[in-house]
Amino acid sequence: MKALVIGCGRVGSAVAQQLQGSGWDVTVFDENEDALGRLGESWRGGFVVGHGMDLQLLREGGIEEADAVVVTTDGDNTNLVIAQAAQKHFGVPTVIVRVLDPARAQFYATKGLRIVCPTSAAIETLVGAVRQAEEVST
Amino acid sequence: MYVLIAGGGKVGANLARSLIRAGHEVTLIEQKPYRYDKLEAEFEHQVLRGDATELFVLERAGVKRPPDLVVAATGDDEDNIVICQLTREKYGVGNVIARINDPRNQSYFDLLGISPTVSATGAIMGLIEHEVPEHGLIQLLELRKENLEIVEVTVDKGANCQGKRVRTLRLPDGARLISVVRAGKAAVPDDETQLEVGDQVLAILEPGKEDELRRVLLRD
Repeated sequence: MKALVIGCGRVGSAVAQQLQGSGWDVTVFDENEDALGRLGESWRGGFVVGHGMDLQLLREGGIEEADAVVVTTDGDNTNLVIAQAAQKHFGVPTVIVRVLDPARAQFYATKGLRIVCPTSAAIETLVGAVRQAEEVST
Repeated sequence: MYVLIAGGGKVGANLARSLIRAGHEVTLIEQKPYRYDKLEAEFEHQVLRGDATELFVLERAGVKRPPDLVVAATGDDEDNIVICQLTREKYGVGNVIARINDPRNQSYFDLLGISPTVSATGAIMGLIEHEVPEHGLIQLLELRKENLEIVEVTVDKGANCQGKRVRTLRLPDGARLISVVRAGKAAVPDDETQLEVGDQVLAILEPGKEDELRRVLLRD
Protein backbone atom coordinates (compact mmCIF):
# COMPACT_ATOMS: atom_id res chain seq x y z
CA MET A 1 0.00 0.00 0.00
CA LYS A 2 1.26 3.45 -0.87
CA ALA A 3 0.72 6.66 1.09
CA LEU A 4 1.74 10.28 0.59
CA VAL A 5 2.19 12.52 3.60
CA ILE A 6 2.22 16.23 2.74
CA GLY A 7 3.76 18.44 5.40
CA CYS A 8 6.45 16.92 7.58
CA GLY A 9 5.94 18.66 10.91
CA ARG A 10 5.40 16.91 14.25
CA VAL A 11 2.18 15.31 13.10
CA GLY A 12 3.11 14.50 9.51
CA SER A 13 6.47 12.96 10.40
CA ALA A 14 4.96 10.77 13.13
CA VAL A 15 2.15 9.62 10.85
CA ALA A 16 4.71 8.77 8.15
CA GLN A 17 6.89 6.80 10.56
CA GLN A 18 3.97 4.82 11.96
CA LEU A 19 2.63 3.98 8.51
CA GLN A 20 6.07 2.84 7.41
CA GLY A 21 6.32 0.77 10.59
CA SER A 22 3.17 -1.07 9.60
CA GLY A 23 4.50 -1.85 6.15
CA TRP A 24 3.31 1.05 4.00
CA ASP A 25 5.35 2.52 1.18
CA VAL A 26 5.42 6.18 2.25
CA THR A 27 6.59 9.33 0.45
CA VAL A 28 6.78 12.55 2.46
CA PHE A 29 6.63 16.10 1.06
CA ASP A 30 7.91 19.23 2.74
CA GLU A 31 9.08 22.61 1.53
CA ASN A 32 11.94 22.54 3.95
CA GLU A 33 14.76 20.07 3.41
CA ASP A 34 15.58 20.04 7.13
CA ALA A 35 12.23 18.43 7.86
CA LEU A 36 13.78 15.15 6.71
CA GLY A 37 15.55 15.11 10.10
CA ARG A 38 12.18 14.60 11.82
CA LEU A 39 11.82 11.23 10.12
CA GLY A 40 14.86 9.81 11.92
CA GLU A 41 17.83 7.87 10.64
CA SER A 42 15.91 4.71 9.96
CA TRP A 43 13.72 6.43 7.32
CA ARG A 44 13.59 4.27 4.19
CA GLY A 45 10.68 5.94 2.42
CA GLY A 46 10.67 8.75 -0.11
CA PHE A 47 11.22 12.40 0.66
CA VAL A 48 10.37 15.17 -1.79
CA VAL A 49 11.45 18.76 -1.19
CA GLY A 50 8.85 21.13 -2.59
CA HIS A 51 5.44 22.70 -2.18
CA GLY A 52 2.48 20.37 -1.96
CA MET A 53 0.59 22.71 -4.31
CA ASP A 54 2.86 21.65 -7.17
CA LEU A 55 0.74 19.16 -9.16
CA GLN A 56 3.71 17.96 -11.20
CA LEU A 57 5.67 17.29 -8.03
CA LEU A 58 2.74 15.34 -6.57
CA ARG A 59 2.71 13.25 -9.74
CA GLU A 60 6.44 12.60 -9.50
CA GLY A 61 5.95 11.60 -5.86
CA GLY A 62 3.48 8.95 -7.03
CA ILE A 63 0.10 10.44 -6.11
CA GLU A 64 -1.52 8.66 -9.04
CA GLU A 65 -0.72 5.27 -7.50
CA ALA A 66 -1.37 6.31 -3.89
CA ASP A 67 -3.97 4.48 -1.81
CA ALA A 68 -3.99 7.26 0.78
CA VAL A 69 -2.91 10.88 1.14
CA VAL A 70 -2.52 12.61 4.49
CA VAL A 71 -2.34 16.42 4.33
CA THR A 72 -0.76 18.05 7.35
CA THR A 73 1.03 21.26 6.39
CA ASP A 74 0.85 24.19 8.80
CA GLY A 75 -1.74 26.05 6.70
CA ASP A 76 -5.44 25.15 6.87
CA ASN A 77 -6.23 26.64 3.48
CA THR A 78 -3.25 25.01 1.82
CA ASN A 79 -4.35 21.68 3.29
CA LEU A 80 -7.92 22.11 2.08
CA VAL A 81 -6.83 22.94 -1.46
CA ILE A 82 -4.30 20.10 -1.73
CA ALA A 83 -6.79 17.61 -0.28
CA GLN A 84 -9.44 18.60 -2.83
CA ALA A 85 -6.94 18.15 -5.67
CA ALA A 86 -5.91 14.73 -4.35
CA GLN A 87 -9.53 13.67 -4.14
CA LYS A 88 -11.08 15.27 -7.22
CA HIS A 89 -8.18 15.48 -9.64
CA PHE A 90 -6.14 12.40 -8.78
CA GLY A 91 -8.99 10.28 -7.44
CA VAL A 92 -7.04 9.04 -4.41
CA PRO A 93 -9.40 6.66 -2.52
CA THR A 94 -8.54 7.88 0.98
CA VAL A 95 -7.68 11.52 1.61
CA ILE A 96 -7.41 12.79 5.18
CA VAL A 97 -6.73 16.40 5.96
CA ARG A 98 -5.87 18.27 9.13
CA VAL A 99 -7.72 21.54 9.66
CA LEU A 100 -7.20 23.54 12.84
CA ASP A 101 -10.15 25.93 12.47
CA PRO A 102 -13.33 24.10 13.60
CA ALA A 103 -15.59 26.33 11.48
CA ARG A 104 -13.80 25.57 8.23
CA ALA A 105 -13.44 21.93 9.26
CA GLN A 106 -17.19 21.63 9.69
CA PHE A 107 -18.00 23.25 6.36
CA TYR A 108 -15.55 21.17 4.32
CA ALA A 109 -16.68 17.99 6.06
CA THR A 110 -20.09 18.62 4.49
CA LYS A 111 -18.33 18.85 1.12
CA GLY A 112 -17.10 15.29 1.37
CA LEU A 113 -13.58 15.72 2.72
CA ARG A 114 -12.35 13.55 5.57
CA ILE A 115 -11.21 16.05 8.13
CA VAL A 116 -9.37 15.74 11.40
CA CYS A 117 -9.74 18.84 13.56
CA PRO A 118 -7.36 18.68 16.55
CA THR A 119 -8.85 21.90 17.94
CA SER A 120 -12.32 20.38 18.19
CA ALA A 121 -10.85 17.25 19.74
CA ALA A 122 -9.02 19.35 22.35
CA ILE A 123 -12.15 21.36 23.12
CA GLU A 124 -14.19 18.20 23.65
CA THR A 125 -11.55 16.66 25.88
CA LEU A 126 -11.14 19.82 27.97
CA VAL A 127 -14.86 20.37 28.44
CA GLY A 128 -15.35 16.66 29.16
CA ALA A 129 -12.63 16.69 31.82
CA VAL A 130 -14.14 19.72 33.56
CA ARG A 131 -17.63 18.18 33.50
CA GLN A 132 -16.22 15.03 35.04
CA ALA A 133 -14.73 17.09 37.86
CA GLU A 134 -18.15 18.66 38.35
CA GLU A 135 -19.78 15.22 38.64
CA VAL A 136 -17.16 14.04 41.14
CA SER A 137 -17.63 17.08 43.43
CA THR A 138 -21.43 16.95 43.44
CA MET B 1 -23.98 47.23 -5.42
CA TYR B 2 -22.39 45.77 -2.32
CA VAL B 3 -18.86 44.43 -2.81
CA LEU B 4 -16.76 42.49 -0.33
CA ILE B 5 -13.02 42.63 -0.99
CA ALA B 6 -10.66 40.27 0.80
CA GLY B 7 -7.09 41.53 0.94
CA GLY B 8 -6.07 45.18 1.25
CA GLY B 9 -2.81 45.14 -0.67
CA LYS B 10 -2.27 47.16 -3.83
CA VAL B 11 -4.93 45.29 -5.78
CA GLY B 12 -7.59 45.22 -3.06
CA ALA B 13 -7.07 48.80 -1.84
CA ASN B 14 -7.08 50.33 -5.32
CA LEU B 15 -10.12 48.33 -6.26
CA ALA B 16 -11.93 49.51 -3.13
CA ARG B 17 -11.02 53.11 -3.89
CA SER B 18 -12.30 52.85 -7.46
CA LEU B 19 -15.53 51.13 -6.49
CA ILE B 20 -16.27 53.65 -3.73
CA ARG B 21 -15.63 56.49 -6.15
CA ALA B 22 -18.09 54.87 -8.53
CA GLY B 23 -20.71 54.98 -5.78
CA HIS B 24 -20.64 51.37 -4.61
CA GLU B 25 -20.77 50.09 -1.07
CA VAL B 26 -17.55 48.31 -0.14
CA THR B 27 -16.15 46.36 2.78
CA LEU B 28 -12.45 45.63 2.65
CA ILE B 29 -10.94 42.93 4.86
CA GLU B 30 -7.26 43.11 5.80
CA GLN B 31 -5.42 40.86 8.19
CA LYS B 32 -2.05 42.55 8.70
CA PRO B 33 -2.13 45.18 11.49
CA TYR B 34 0.28 47.64 9.85
CA ARG B 35 -1.65 47.56 6.60
CA TYR B 36 -4.96 47.79 8.38
CA ASP B 37 -3.89 50.93 10.27
CA LYS B 38 -3.00 52.68 7.02
CA LEU B 39 -6.19 51.56 5.30
CA GLU B 40 -8.35 52.59 8.24
CA ALA B 41 -7.06 56.14 8.02
CA GLU B 42 -8.42 56.29 4.50
CA PHE B 43 -11.40 53.92 4.43
CA GLU B 44 -12.57 54.26 8.07
CA HIS B 45 -15.51 51.95 8.80
CA GLN B 46 -15.28 50.42 5.34
CA VAL B 47 -12.28 48.35 6.32
CA LEU B 48 -12.35 45.46 8.73
CA ARG B 49 -9.40 43.77 10.35
CA GLY B 50 -9.30 39.99 10.23
CA ASP B 51 -8.60 36.80 8.34
CA ALA B 52 -11.11 36.58 5.50
CA THR B 53 -10.96 32.79 5.55
CA GLU B 54 -12.50 32.77 9.05
CA LEU B 55 -16.27 32.47 8.94
CA PHE B 56 -16.90 34.93 11.77
CA VAL B 57 -14.83 37.57 9.99
CA LEU B 58 -16.77 37.07 6.78
CA GLU B 59 -20.02 37.27 8.73
CA ARG B 60 -18.97 40.50 10.44
CA ALA B 61 -18.22 41.87 6.99
CA GLY B 62 -21.78 41.15 5.94
CA VAL B 63 -21.37 38.00 3.87
CA LYS B 64 -24.84 36.87 4.92
CA ARG B 65 -26.61 39.77 3.20
CA PRO B 66 -25.15 38.43 0.77
CA PRO B 67 -22.86 40.77 -1.22
CA ASP B 68 -23.48 41.21 -4.95
CA LEU B 69 -19.83 40.45 -5.54
CA VAL B 70 -16.88 39.04 -3.62
CA VAL B 71 -13.32 39.69 -4.78
CA ALA B 72 -10.67 37.42 -3.28
CA ALA B 73 -7.57 39.56 -3.77
CA THR B 74 -5.19 38.42 -1.06
CA GLY B 75 -1.57 37.62 -1.83
CA ASP B 76 -2.14 33.94 -1.08
CA ASP B 77 -3.72 31.69 -3.69
CA GLU B 78 -4.91 29.02 -1.27
CA ASP B 79 -6.61 31.70 0.81
CA ASN B 80 -8.26 33.09 -2.31
CA ILE B 81 -9.55 29.66 -3.27
CA VAL B 82 -11.00 29.04 0.18
CA ILE B 83 -12.58 32.53 0.30
CA CYS B 84 -14.28 31.85 -3.04
CA GLN B 85 -15.51 28.42 -1.98
CA LEU B 86 -16.84 29.63 1.37
CA THR B 87 -18.61 32.72 0.07
CA ARG B 88 -20.09 30.97 -2.95
CA GLU B 89 -20.98 27.59 -1.52
CA LYS B 90 -21.74 28.36 2.12
CA TYR B 91 -23.20 31.84 1.81
CA GLY B 92 -24.61 31.69 -1.70
CA VAL B 93 -22.77 34.67 -3.17
CA GLY B 94 -23.48 34.63 -6.90
CA ASN B 95 -20.47 36.51 -8.23
CA VAL B 96 -16.98 35.72 -7.07
CA ILE B 97 -13.72 36.86 -8.66
CA ALA B 98 -10.35 35.48 -7.63
CA ARG B 99 -6.88 36.91 -7.99
CA ILE B 100 -4.17 34.44 -8.93
CA ASN B 101 -0.73 35.37 -7.62
CA ASP B 102 1.32 32.46 -8.90
CA PRO B 103 0.24 31.50 -12.43
CA ARG B 104 1.32 27.92 -11.72
CA ASN B 105 -1.70 27.68 -9.43
CA GLN B 106 -4.13 28.35 -12.30
CA SER B 107 -4.82 24.62 -12.60
CA TYR B 108 -6.06 24.53 -8.99
CA PHE B 109 -8.56 27.30 -9.65
CA ASP B 110 -9.75 25.51 -12.79
CA LEU B 111 -9.92 22.17 -11.04
CA LEU B 112 -12.05 23.56 -8.24
CA GLY B 113 -14.30 25.49 -10.62
CA ILE B 114 -13.24 28.94 -9.44
CA SER B 115 -13.86 31.39 -12.24
CA PRO B 116 -13.39 34.13 -13.30
CA THR B 117 -9.79 34.57 -12.24
CA VAL B 118 -7.38 37.44 -12.80
CA SER B 119 -3.63 37.05 -12.89
CA ALA B 120 -1.32 40.01 -13.42
CA THR B 121 1.46 37.77 -14.71
CA GLY B 122 -0.93 36.04 -17.07
CA ALA B 123 -2.30 39.33 -18.36
CA ILE B 124 1.17 40.74 -19.00
CA MET B 125 2.27 37.51 -20.68
CA GLY B 126 -0.77 37.81 -22.94
CA LEU B 127 0.28 41.32 -23.93
CA ILE B 128 3.86 40.22 -24.52
CA GLU B 129 2.68 37.43 -26.80
CA HIS B 130 0.50 39.87 -28.66
CA GLU B 131 3.30 42.38 -29.12
CA VAL B 132 6.08 39.86 -29.71
CA PRO B 133 4.42 36.71 -31.04
CA GLU B 134 6.80 33.84 -30.69
CA HIS B 135 4.70 30.86 -31.59
CA GLY B 136 2.69 32.41 -34.40
CA LEU B 137 -0.52 31.90 -32.49
CA ILE B 138 -1.83 34.54 -30.11
CA GLN B 139 -4.51 33.88 -27.59
CA LEU B 140 -7.00 36.74 -27.63
CA LEU B 141 -9.71 35.54 -25.32
CA GLU B 142 -10.28 32.58 -23.11
CA LEU B 143 -13.83 31.54 -22.26
CA ARG B 144 -13.09 29.24 -19.40
CA LYS B 145 -16.65 28.32 -18.55
CA GLU B 146 -17.45 27.49 -22.16
CA ASN B 147 -14.10 25.73 -22.61
CA LEU B 148 -13.30 27.72 -25.74
CA GLU B 149 -10.69 30.20 -26.75
CA ILE B 150 -10.22 32.66 -29.57
CA VAL B 151 -6.78 32.89 -31.14
CA GLU B 152 -5.17 34.97 -33.84
CA VAL B 153 -2.75 33.71 -36.47
CA THR B 154 -0.94 35.66 -39.17
CA VAL B 155 -0.37 33.69 -42.37
CA ASP B 156 3.26 34.12 -43.33
CA LYS B 157 5.25 33.00 -46.36
CA GLY B 158 5.52 29.25 -46.57
CA ALA B 159 2.68 28.63 -44.12
CA ASN B 160 0.85 25.34 -44.66
CA CYS B 161 -2.43 27.10 -45.33
CA GLN B 162 -1.05 29.60 -47.84
CA GLY B 163 -3.14 29.62 -51.00
CA LYS B 164 -5.53 26.97 -49.69
CA ARG B 165 -9.30 27.18 -49.49
CA VAL B 166 -10.87 26.88 -46.05
CA ARG B 167 -12.79 23.70 -46.94
CA THR B 168 -9.53 21.88 -47.74
CA LEU B 169 -7.97 22.66 -44.35
CA ARG B 170 -8.03 19.78 -41.90
CA LEU B 171 -8.92 21.87 -38.88
CA PRO B 172 -8.99 20.18 -35.45
CA ASP B 173 -12.42 18.93 -34.34
CA GLY B 174 -14.64 21.76 -33.22
CA ALA B 175 -12.30 24.49 -34.50
CA ARG B 176 -13.68 27.21 -36.82
CA LEU B 177 -12.20 30.17 -38.59
CA ILE B 178 -14.34 33.12 -37.61
CA SER B 179 -12.68 36.06 -39.32
CA VAL B 180 -10.03 36.85 -41.92
CA VAL B 181 -8.56 40.34 -41.86
CA ARG B 182 -6.98 41.26 -45.20
CA ALA B 183 -5.65 44.75 -45.95
CA GLY B 184 -7.39 46.10 -42.87
CA LYS B 185 -10.79 44.66 -43.79
CA ALA B 186 -12.39 41.89 -41.81
CA ALA B 187 -14.56 39.28 -43.48
CA VAL B 188 -16.24 36.11 -42.27
CA PRO B 189 -14.60 33.29 -44.21
CA ASP B 190 -16.65 30.59 -45.91
CA ASP B 191 -15.58 27.26 -47.39
CA GLU B 192 -14.32 28.90 -50.56
CA THR B 193 -12.23 31.64 -48.94
CA GLN B 194 -8.63 31.32 -50.05
CA LEU B 195 -5.99 32.21 -47.47
CA GLU B 196 -3.16 34.51 -48.51
CA VAL B 197 0.13 35.64 -47.04
CA GLY B 198 -0.45 38.47 -44.59
CA ASP B 199 -3.99 37.40 -43.66
CA GLN B 200 -4.81 37.74 -40.00
CA VAL B 201 -7.03 34.81 -39.15
CA LEU B 202 -9.17 34.53 -36.03
CA ALA B 203 -10.14 31.05 -34.95
CA ILE B 204 -12.22 29.62 -32.15
CA LEU B 205 -11.22 26.28 -30.68
CA GLU B 206 -11.01 24.17 -27.56
CA PRO B 207 -7.99 24.90 -25.35
CA GLY B 208 -5.35 22.24 -25.85
CA LYS B 209 -5.82 22.02 -29.61
CA GLU B 210 -3.50 24.93 -30.38
CA ASP B 211 -0.71 22.68 -31.65
CA GLU B 212 -3.03 20.92 -34.10
CA LEU B 213 -4.27 24.28 -35.37
CA ARG B 214 -0.72 25.59 -35.63
CA ARG B 215 0.23 22.63 -37.83
CA VAL B 216 -2.70 23.25 -40.16
CA LEU B 217 -2.29 27.00 -40.47
CA LEU B 218 1.42 27.56 -39.96
CA ARG B 219 4.08 24.87 -40.26
CA ASP B 220 4.73 21.29 -39.21
